[in-house]
Amino acid sequence: MSGMHDFTLASARDALKARKISAVELTNAHLDAIERLDGRLNSFITRTPDQARVAAKAADDILAKGEGGALTGIPLGIKDLFCTNGVRTTAASKILGNFVPPYESTVTSNLLRDGAVFLGKLNLDEFAMGSANLNSAFGPVENPWKRNGSDAKLVPGGSSGGSAAAVAAGLVLGATGTDTGGSIRQPAAFTGIAGIKPTYGRCSRFGTIAFASSLDQAGPMARNLQDCAILLESMAGFDERDSTSVNTPVPNYEAALTRGVKGLRVGIPKEYHAPGMPAEIEALWQQGINWLKAAGAEVVEVSLPHTKYGLPTYYIAALAEASSNLARYDGVRFGERVKGDSLDALYEATRAAGFGEEVKRRILIGTHVLSSGYYDAYYLRAQKVRTLIQRDFLNAFEKVDFLLTPTAPSSAFAQDEKPTDPVQMYLNDIFTVPASMAGVPALSVPAGLDAQGVPLGLQLIGKFFDEETLIAAGHVIEQAASFTHRPAIHAGVSA
Amino acid sequence: MSLDAKTVTRIARLARIGLEPGEVDSLGKDMGSIIDWVEQLNEVDVTDVPPMIGTGLATPRLREDRVTDGNRRDDVLSNAPDREGPFYTVPKVVE
Amino acid sequence: MSYRITGNTGEWEIVVGLEVHAQVISQAKLFSGASASYGGEPNTHVSLIDAGFPGMLPVLNQECVAQAVRTGLGLNAQINLFSRFDRKNYFYADLPTGYQISQFAHPIVGEGKVLVDLADGSTREIGVTRLHLEQDAGKSIHDQDPTRSFIDLNRAGVALMEIVSEPDIRSPEEAGAYLRKLRQILRYIDTCDGNMEEGSMRADVNVSVRKPGEEGYRTRCEIKNVNSIRYVMQSIEVEAQRQIEIWEAGGEVDQETRLFDHVRSETRSLRSKEDAHDYRYFPDPDLLPLIIEQSWVDELEAALPELPEAKRDRLEREYGVSRYEASVLTAEQAVADFYETVAKGADARLATNWMLGDFFAALNRTGRSIEDSPVSAEGLRELLSLISDSTINGKIAKEVLEDMVETGESASAIVERKGLRQVTDTGAIESSIRDILAANADKVAEFKSGKDKLFGFFVGQTMKAMKGKGNPALVNETLKKLLSE
Repeated sequence: MSGMHDFTLASARDALKARKISAVELTNAHLDAIERLDGRLNSFITRTPDQARVAAKAADDILAKGEGGALTGIPLGIKDLFCTNGVRTTAASKILGNFVPPYESTVTSNLLRDGAVFLGKLNLDEFAMGSANLNSAFGPVENPWKRNGSDAKLVPGGSSGGSAAAVAAGLVLGATGTDTGGSIRQPAAFTGIAGIKPTYGRCSRFGTIAFASSLDQAGPMARNLQDCAILLESMAGFDERDSTSVNTPVPNYEAALTRGVKGLRVGIPKEYHAPGMPAEIEALWQQGINWLKAAGAEVVEVSLPHTKYGLPTYYIAALAEASSNLARYDGVRFGERVKGDSLDALYEATRAAGFGEEVKRRILIGTHVLSSGYYDAYYLRAQKVRTLIQRDFLNAFEKVDFLLTPTAPSSAFAQDEKPTDPVQMYLNDIFTVPASMAGVPALSVPAGLDAQGVPLGLQLIGKFFDEETLIAAGHVIEQAASFTHRPAIHAGVSA
Repeated sequence: MSLDAKTVTRIARLARIGLEPGEVDSLGKDMGSIIDWVEQLNEVDVTDVPPMIGTGLATPRLREDRVTDGNRRDDVLSNAPDREGPFYTVPKVVE
Repeated sequence: MSYRITGNTGEWEIVVGLEVHAQVISQAKLFSGASASYGGEPNTHVSLIDAGFPGMLPVLNQECVAQAVRTGLGLNAQINLFSRFDRKNYFYADLPTGYQISQFAHPIVGEGKVLVDLADGSTREIGVTRLHLEQDAGKSIHDQDPTRSFIDLNRAGVALMEIVSEPDIRSPEEAGAYLRKLRQILRYIDTCDGNMEEGSMRADVNVSVRKPGEEGYRTRCEIKNVNSIRYVMQSIEVEAQRQIEIWEAGGEVDQETRLFDHVRSETRSLRSKEDAHDYRYFPDPDLLPLIIEQSWVDELEAALPELPEAKRDRLEREYGVSRYEASVLTAEQAVADFYETVAKGADARLATNWMLGDFFAALNRTGRSIEDSPVSAEGLRELLSLISDSTINGKIAKEVLEDMVETGESASAIVERKGLRQVTDTGAIESSIRDILAANADKVAEFKSGKDKLFGFFVGQTMKAMKGKGNPALVNETLKKLLSE
């Protein structure tokens, strides 16, 4: 089965359609790779090989008739935040350790509609709260990349760390992620893959376990932007079951890939030159600017004056919402219950035992900022600052077509290098959070390796519903960077 | 500044998260440092700035008044940790 | 006369505000497609949204919004084109998501007013502070198991309107009149069935007391979930009494939530520790602000039925009924509709007297409501037309009505079947009278010698002989003529 792991999602799709390979052999090759490598990477929480084989067989039957959708027979992994009918869905939390939803999220329904084959549910930070995938009740995920000459276990980023690691290691051809403050883009950058956080409202939130409702957005993660474009086209679309879903047509994202950037204006936000950012990230950013310029884009410096307030604003807004969204995990209707003599004792014991440390901390902070006497000082003020952050972007987009920034202020760090101060940990999201706060689309594309051989990503931020321009510009960078590196651990090589 | 034990305990009670006595201090410290950090928002002039509600992209939409759901008790109770006949159960609530 | 309670230190005035929770009439719930209808097997009128499953999202029901707007219009209230849903966060067994979606900061309906009529004929205006939409909670059942409570979510997520009054109410009677008027309006515009027994209308009662003439308000207590008008009135009395005793003993009333126990006729504290309550309201990020168009409000207003006060005034005008009669006839829309069907094109005075008299008596006797009246409005109109055109007289008509109630037959059918048609043949009447006079020659002599009162005796005898069917006017006329011969 050698060669099975050289496919991208797009090339596998074409090979399947041309009947050069079968969905069953493609699926089996990926299941074998999971079997071999995932004991170490821990990117899956739940594997569904039997269902996958059945789905692959069905896909072959459809393909044999010359029929099929955009993803028929394509093996994917699903972040374990998307509810999947009849398949355990945990949000990487002990409190949902035994939860089997009797329903399918809209995003995964769309992928199934188009013929995708799900290999299982991917690890993440508990309730999507984290930037290193160290906060999972099912254990940390290991980044398949290694520093040159080191065997230190690197983090894959978070919260979609399982998705990122599985894609990077070739265990799946693509994966779903969710991004609340950078949870698609930062792990994509840490693992040398591409990931898109679409415009808020582009993908339905129905059936996706909520972290912060006004920020959560599902998106694709794959080895390149073409693959992401194909996935996004399937995942996106209006859903009347989500009041925040936007009713606007889904374009052909794949077709946007080769549009180029000639004549477009790219903005470089000056506030993103963060103090203390490694020189090689600054250099990569400059490299990205040069690539876009060479491809015919005009480079313009812009200002997003409220950038530094993005993170604190995010933590107030997101944690306030989370404290309320996570109130339903109380041990009464679903999930793990810890007995108590009274109703309150049951709640307190269930939630004490069911939530991990970071989730508890965030619920408590969110509760605090909404509590009597603090609402105006924290929550209301943060929502006003959020308006200012959004205005920054809208003003910038009057002058430019999209923005280019680094995705993260560092490359993947080692598991044991995790900062002990939670605030230091939050700084990982410094470049990704502002776009989330504004609701605008953004993506990360792998652009190079740092001196230690670990990938770095560049972020593109666009206008509302203009994912196409981002895909086009990202593809320019992809091609210029010709990022063909593979991680130390990946399918097709021995673990 | 660390949040005092009384505040941490009150918030944990509101959030219905039971805390071990040993957790209160370290949580108070972590929460305090995060709260101190977000205080920087006080620098921002927010005079006459409306608070953001959602991201303002979707258009308001109302559902037709039709019964389209329900009658799925098996689904509703399928994950219940302590189901009794057609009901969920909790420890007896005394009013 | 102002209502006063006399304590040891003199007279006290009571100050009452009501928060009425009225269940919205709709097919489906406020944010889910599950049925909003009452009853049903436990946990069957429940969607996964109502049960708060992970990833489930609310979508607002248009009809519930329309019902709130209609109600606001019925209360002469400000309709807010911008409103918003907030989350009220607290943990309870019958609140699946851990928050109730409610309109805290921006209600859909603002200030309005309700005019209430009091027994002494006076009218009082009670201010409405606001009306907002919110979700009902589920039901906890405590009596099925020694150690556990059972949870049924059928009610969870059903739309409620919370209608908050100003603290304008000054007596138990006013509170009762306000609730009756509110219920009347809700029923007229068909936004709530007002059924307090089934809990589709219930009230939280805020009570405080003060000395007459005192400025400002003293501490109030909230009596939760009172489910009949009578209990509301009783609870106000006993709670006011309790507070007066505290103040007069030199104590302080604690602001707290209390429960009314109608068996022991007392209120008692529901929660001793209020510290646990900090609802942490914030805008629900799963929902957009609710923005409605004035043109839509105008459409809803144009389609509103005639409201009780307008109908009462019109009945006075069109049918010449008294204000009191008009009030009774418009107490329920169904009664007013029934009345108008009867009275239209008929003798309005006759219709009014019969509705308020024999017809209501028949309903009472049979324990039926106007909706399932044994006699239709058309049937009653026919009966009255038989009186008007002299086919039967009033006395016979009473018998016919009773027969109609019993058999369901039409008035004319009964008249024909029983041969009750009134005799208007002067020859037949004259012949009956001549027989009576001949048989009572002594009485005729007494009459002629001046004992006028005997005229009634002759009328009675004649009608008896004619089995009540004689036309009363013709009987009188003929008697006079023959007695003077």
